[in-house]
Parts: sequence; C-alpha cells; structure tokens
Amino acid sequence: MVASLAIEAVGIEKVFGQTHALAGLDLAVQPGTILGLFGPNGSGKTTAVRVLTTLLRPDQGAARVAGYDVVTQAPQVRRLIGLTGQSTALDESLTGSGNLVMIGQLCRLPRQAAQHRAGELLARFELTDAADRSVKTYSGGMRRRLDLAASLVTRPPILFLDEPTTGLDPRSRLVLWDIIGSLVADGTTVLLTTQYLEEADRLADRIVVVDKGSVIAQGTADELKAEVGGDRIGVTVAAESDLAAARDVLATHAEGEVHMNVERRVVDAVVSAGARSIPAIAAAMSTAGVVIDDVGLLRPSLDDVFLTLTGHATDPVPMASHEAELA
Amino acid sequence: MTSTLTSAQDEPLPSRTWWSVRNALVLARRGVTRIIREPSQLLDVTVQPVIFILLFVYVFGSAIKLPDHGNYHEYLVGGMFGMALTGTAQGTAVGVSTDMATGLTDRFRSLPIARSAVLTGRVLADLLTEVIAIIVLVITGLAVGWGIHNGIGDALAAVGLCLLIAFAMTWAGACAGMLVKNPETAQAVGFIFFLPMVFISNTFVPTQGMPAWLRTVANWNPVSAVAAACRHLFGNPNPSAHITAWPMQHPELATILWSIGLIAVFAPLAVHLYRRKALQ
Repeated sequence: MVASLAIEAVGIEKVFGQTHALAGLDLAVQPGTILGLFGPNGSGKTTAVRVLTTLLRPDQGAARVAGYDVVTQAPQVRRLIGLTGQSTALDESLTGSGNLVMIGQLCRLPRQAAQHRAGELLARFELTDAADRSVKTYSGGMRRRLDLAASLVTRPPILFLDEPTTGLDPRSRLVLWDIIGSLVADGTTVLLTTQYLEEADRLADRIVVVDKGSVIAQGTADELKAEVGGDRIGVTVAAESDLAAARDVLATHAEGEVHMNVERRVVDAVVSAGARSIPAIAAAMSTAGVVIDDVGLLRPSLDDVFLTLTGHATDPVPMASHEAELA
Repeated sequence: MTSTLTSAQDEPLPSRTWWSVRNALVLARRGVTRIIREPSQLLDVTVQPVIFILLFVYVFGSAIKLPDHGNYHEYLVGGMFGMALTGTAQGTAVGVSTDMATGLTDRFRSLPIARSAVLTGRVLADLLTEVIAIIVLVITGLAVGWGIHNGIGDALAAVGLCLLIAFAMTWAGACAGMLVKNPETAQAVGFIFFLPMVFISNTFVPTQGMPAWLRTVANWNPVSAVAAACRHLFGNPNPSAHITAWPMQHPELATILWSIGLIAVFAPLAVHLYRRKALQ
C-alpha cells in the first residue's frame, strides 16, 4: 500500500445474503483531489462509502484512509473523516444550530467553541436565518446543506459525500456544488458518489465508474466521454413520414450507425465535427425536403456511458440526460 | 480547533472514560432538548396513564372488588407507577429505531466518540421522561383520592424502585429499537409486549381471580412485583401480600433482582447489537 494516498481500497468485498454488493473494489484517491464514484442505484457505491467510513466491515480486502486501516484503526480513521450520507442524518426536533453544537461537543469542542464553529458553518452555508428553527421546517436543500455542515464541524481533511445532491432541485444542486468546490480549494480530499455524470464531470478530478460492485472504467470526465463515443447530433423532424429521409441525410455525415426513434421523431448519430457540423446537416435536410423541428448536440448521458461500458442500461434516472444540457 | 483530532487511543484510560461520560451527557442533553421542544412525544407516558387511571377508577373500577375490601382507587394508582414506567421502554425503542432510520446513528458511529455513549445518552434522557411520568401520576393520583401513608422515606424508596426497573426496561427497549426496521414497527412491537405485560399482572385487578396458570405468570411478572412493592411502600391496599409466590412475598427484592437481571441481559445485548451493525 502506498502511504501517501488519502484513500485506498484493495479488493474489498461485501456480501449481503445473495447480493454481492462489493466484488473486489479497488480505489486510490490522491490527497487534495475529488474522486467521483459514479454508478447506478445498487452498484455498490454506498456500501463502499460505508466500508471506508468504518461503518461496515468488509468481508475481504483492505482499505486505508489517511494511512489508517478502516477495520483495525477505526478510531484514528474516524478522527480524520467527515461523512454526509444519503439520508440527512440530523435530529429533526433540534434546531439547525443545536445539531451542529451537539456534533461539535461530541467531537470534544468546549461548548463556546462548538457554538462559534456552528455559527461559522451556518453563515457559510447561508443558514444563519434558520439557525434557531427546527430542522423539521427546513426544505430539502437546507437539510442537505446543514447535513454537509455537520460533517465539517471538525474540519476533517477527508470527506465522504454519498449522493449529496440526489433529489435536489437544480438551484440547490448548484449551491452545493459551489460549496464542495470551495472545500477542495481549501485542500480537503473528497470522495463523492453520484448517479449524475454531469455532477462527476463538474466536480471530480477523476471518475471511477462502478457496476455490480467493481470498477468497470476510470479516468477524467473527458476520457470517459471519449470512450462513450463523443458528440452526437440529434435531429427532430416535423412529420414522421420524413424520418427515413432524415436518416439517410444524417448517415452521410455520421460516423457509424444512425439511431432512429419513431415515437419522438428523432434521428441521431455520432458526428466527428460536433456542433460545427450542425449548419451543414440542417442545410442538407432542407435540400432533401425534410422539415425539421429541432437540431442539436446530445451530450453523453449516464445511460450512454453505461450502455457503452457494460452493454446493459441503468435504472432510469429522471434528470440525467435532461440536466446534462444545463451543466 | 485541531484539538478535536488528538488521539483518543493514546490517552490514558481515566481520560477516555471521562470523555465517554461527557459524550453520553451531551447526547442525554439532546434528549432533554427534544422533550422541551416537543412535549407531545411524552403523550405515551403522561396522557396515557392518566386515561387509564380515569378509565379504571370511574368505569371498570366500580365492578372490581378487592379481596380485603380495600379502596380500589388507592390500589390502582399504587400499581400504575410500574405500568407507566414500563411504557417508557416503548419510547426508547421508537427513539432508537428513528435514529437508525434517519442515519443519525451512522453519523454518530462515524464520529470519534465512545460506542457506549450513544446508548447511555439515550437511556439517561429517558430517565427524565420517567421522572416526568412519576410527577404526572402523583398529581393525578392525589386528585382521585390516592395517598401516601407510610412516610416520605418509603415513598422515595418506591419511586427509586420504579426508576430502577424503568432504567432496566429501557435497555430492552433499546434492543427492540435496533432489531426492527423502522419506527412504526418499533411502536407496534413495543405495544405487543407492553399490553400483556401490563394486563397479565396485578396492575388493574388482583391476580387471585385469574386461572391458576395465568395467575402464576402474573405473580412472576416484573410489573406485578413493582406494583406490589409500590403499594407496600406507599401503604396502599396490597392483596398480593397474601399470595405465597416468592416475588409477591418480597416485592422490593424481586423488583431489584428483576432489574439487575434485565440490565445484565439487555445492556450487553444492546451494545452488541449496536456493534453488530458494523457487520451488516
């Protein structure tokens, strides 16, 4: 094992009954970087986080956080990590401030210091106005922010974020992305799990794609996208009867196969020149007498990445391909 | 602030114990704050016993005759203390399973704090619930004609026994809370145990009228022991004194032994279940 890695997992396995949640997962995270653990529901992301945060003992393999073994040196590991799980781990009856002060005091801060730290974090996460309200009254975005704040009370150098923005509206997601970005700017190492490629794309230095409990691909966002096959152009035609003609036109510009979706009246294909080929394609459609409603660039979505890498589709994730265009 | 990162494992043992106590107190204060902010969660241990008292005193009580013509109001209230405090274990189960379900327990487990602190804090906070339950019972009891006849020392001893057995029961509640999947199930499971424990006892009616086998169960029920001990110490009618079953002859000692037994079984089991979560 290399001592200088912030997070390292070697062949960790975990079986729950019949399910192989982790099937020999390997991870290596350099200090001060963000690793995005990317995969669909049930791919083992959360199990991996639970093992690395000492909550779960692996059946096989070993993992180290900041050089400490997560099983035999769990107390040392706990002192260096922050964890924001999928569910907001807060006391609903306490106030926002009360939750943070409690965590601070549990981590051995004197009461005053804990209150001071809570105030700092509430201000940073724009929760000062809600500091004295019950968490019960918080919106989803506020809860996530407070939950993240709770994992930062002790200024842990290594942070685990398990799907930090799942279920959030786009605005709250952007706020959280900014916060996570600023943490890494301060030198924090982050391991982030996500089902959203654009989240990994925007935040992570490296992305590890997991499926069925093991790593199936890794690299930077660009490397992974290249693997998926680059930019696709999608053309929506006005009349279904034009679909076949549109496919023939697109085929002359495409690299490889043209997909046709009759229901949505869309043909799409990979093009080498990306967005720059749009005018030529639009002109060619017009020449061929095809009336088009829309023509545009389709970014690789979660489903594209998965289809390409594994040959099987992910569970439908409502936002993935749609939000790709926002990000 | 980096002082939070000092190494707990390198610390000498007294210091570690001290921090465990401190952590348990922080978590106990969390429980107290919850009660202050949301008194409605005390309905189980406040309103429910009051309803039972009113129901039995004014509805069923008129049809219940005590063996030696004692005052049923005094008999009932004296026995209600055991029931009310047994009920707090249900609250413990619901609280523990709620923390499990929300992920708060995972957060605590990912912090560098003593494993025992989370459970100890919970059980300590529940002691406050129990004290509140006692105050409500005393006031309600006095209002329906119950009284303390053996002096304040004996009365305090009765209260002490109640708190002891309640403390023991909360460990059982904590175990139940960790074994079930969600707070709703905890509530249901708590009720399934609570009802027979309370009704197959001498809390509401003397056991003398029960069928022989059921009478044996009732006489050895810890709830009967607490009820009999309270009646004896408060100076309330205690027909159980005529029963030869050992716990009814020595209700105070029986309560203490039951408590020790329950703690010996359920406290280590609770800690074990809490740790075992790491393997699942």
